[in-house]
Amino acid sequence: MTVDTGRSQAPSTAAEDERDTAPPRKGGGWRALAVQPTLVVLGVVAFLVWRSTTTLSETEARQLGWTVLANSVREHLYLTFAAAVIVLAIAVPLGIALTRARLRRFTPAVIGVANVGQAAPAIGLFVLLATWLGFGFRTTVIALVLYAALPVLRNTMVGIQGVDNRLVEAGRGMGMSAFAVLMRVELPLAVPVMLAGVRTALVLLVGTATLATFISGGGLGVLINTGITLSLNSLLIGGAVLVALLALAVDWLGRVVEHVARPKGL
Amino acid sequence: MSETTVSQQSGPIGEGVTARQVSGVSIRLAGVTKRYPGQPAPAVDAVDLEIPAGETVMFVGPSGCGKTTLLKMLNRLIEPSGGKIFLGDEDVTGQDPDQLRRRIGYVIQAGGLFPHMTVAANIGLVPRMLKWDKERVTARIEELLELVGLDPAVYRDRYPRELSGGQQQRVGVARALAADPPVLLMDEPFGAVDPITRQRLQDELLRIQEELGKTIVFVTHDFDEAVKLGDKIVVFDVGARVVQYDTPEAILADPADEYVADFVGAGAALKQLSLTRVHDVQLRPVTTASVGDATAEVVARARAAGDDYVVVLDRRGRPISWPSLPELERVPAVPGTVDEKLPVVGHGSTLNDALDTMLAASQGGAVVIGRRDSLAGVVVIETIMEAIQRTRQGASE
Repeated sequence: MTVDTGRSQAPSTAAEDERDTAPPRKGGGWRALAVQPTLVVLGVVAFLVWRSTTTLSETEARQLGWTVLANSVREHLYLTFAAAVIVLAIAVPLGIALTRARLRRFTPAVIGVANVGQAAPAIGLFVLLATWLGFGFRTTVIALVLYAALPVLRNTMVGIQGVDNRLVEAGRGMGMSAFAVLMRVELPLAVPVMLAGVRTALVLLVGTATLATFISGGGLGVLINTGITLSLNSLLIGGAVLVALLALAVDWLGRVVEHVARPKGL
Repeated sequence: MSETTVSQQSGPIGEGVTARQVSGVSIRLAGVTKRYPGQPAPAVDAVDLEIPAGETVMFVGPSGCGKTTLLKMLNRLIEPSGGKIFLGDEDVTGQDPDQLRRRIGYVIQAGGLFPHMTVAANIGLVPRMLKWDKERVTARIEELLELVGLDPAVYRDRYPRELSGGQQQRVGVARALAADPPVLLMDEPFGAVDPITRQRLQDELLRIQEELGKTIVFVTHDFDEAVKLGDKIVVFDVGARVVQYDTPEAILADPADEYVADFVGAGAALKQLSLTRVHDVQLRPVTTASVGDATAEVVARARAAGDDYVVVLDRRGRPISWPSLPELERVPAVPGTVDEKLPVVGHGSTLNDALDTMLAASQGGAVVIGRRDSLAGVVVIETIMEAIQRTRQGASE
């Protein structure tokens, strides 16, 4: 008998039929996440420098005054987050419900309605709702919710549907209740996709909230609108830059949350 | 085509079965039926079946014959349309399915591990659902990882993604055994791994079953697997009609009809090789050495015994390599290197497996391990040739 041995030196256990896979990469995601806030900070600094050094006309100064400016930003953020909270409160449970076997048949109808909300031109949606419900903050938030619900709803559903059905069956087969499988298997595994939907919705909201000005909802849209109507480029560009910076910042926050909340082991 | 080698039936296999300790309970099906709306024929048609406690019963049959449906009705993942299911003497047909399933281990292909939980969390799921206290769960996880041959210190905190297919499957088995259920359902568990790994996993399952004596119901489409693992085999036809329910030996020797004979396949003479276990044939004793022994002394011992190689064992008595004497003489002390190509078979393996292993390693023999991976001896190709010779003579008589 020929015996061939002693060529390999890998340590081995009883399970030597298998090679070890490489350990997971660590910290790689954080470096990519550092670029965006740097750009945002640079943008903010540039804006502040411009604002402090440039000489403004009286009309411009009224809109770009520090207090007014801070108020506009605050209003804008308030609109965005109020709408986002309501979107989450409605779209996530609805998305979960629509993936349950008993309610699955309503899925096409609900997705259809959500699609209309998003497909309708945002400005049309705002104005139509305003003629119906009156101008102001409340109507603005409702319009924003209608507009941003779809990505969250759809990603919640896609995320849950994307969970390998065999895992759900394995969970049930072990004696986990349907609710336990949802909470401990389906939702954790759907989190990355769901959060991507939330981030998309937030960015949409920051942009769309500029339209609030047309129905007296406030926000940074006021700056832009005034800038256009009065041909004051400083207002127009100032408002646009601030909205862009806000959107970038919000997007970055979303990415950070996604990075932190992504379940380990995926 | 008939086989007459029934003589092998009364071998040490039979003794092994009776000597085994039993922790399982029997399963009885009475008229179990599954109808799907809109389908003319029932998927499972009034099946009566009795599965004895502590035995491994294999469900085989073509795809779509209803064997998986029948299995899933045992833990009520599929709700039967009619009939009764008993665990032991207890009618479980009306019991709360979640409670029932915690008493029935369930293993699926690729283990079905939850990717966002560590190995330990996966295994500990059912015990925690049963409100075991923390220390008991931890201890159980350690015990089970040891049982399936994974070092707890290494694997406990890993995520499934960091395991190979075979390791995932082992963890899947450990998870199913976590709450020590009397019954284990396995749904084509080894379907997705390569042949060598599958053979090892089968050997492991045989070893575990020898230790535990659960009642195992195992669905497979691979008849060789059924012959190797099963105490009994159920051959199903469409509608989960039981065509034959018998020991592998009896089915091979005397297929109930054309259908079974077809399913068993033409190579039945060689399939008899799958019936003979490595522990049934003469193993060669072998000179062993521990890592770090002086080679001069080891070589002298081997020469005295007439061996031209030795098997090196690690600290836990597991074989890690088998250097030839000339190879050994080149170094002063026995090296601790692990030969990954070392052909190893479990003592519950079939001669078929042993032959496969030797061919895969291009070697004329294989090291045989018994309980807890300790060395049992060496099986050589000549022994297997003799066994083939014997079955062929038996077949032609």
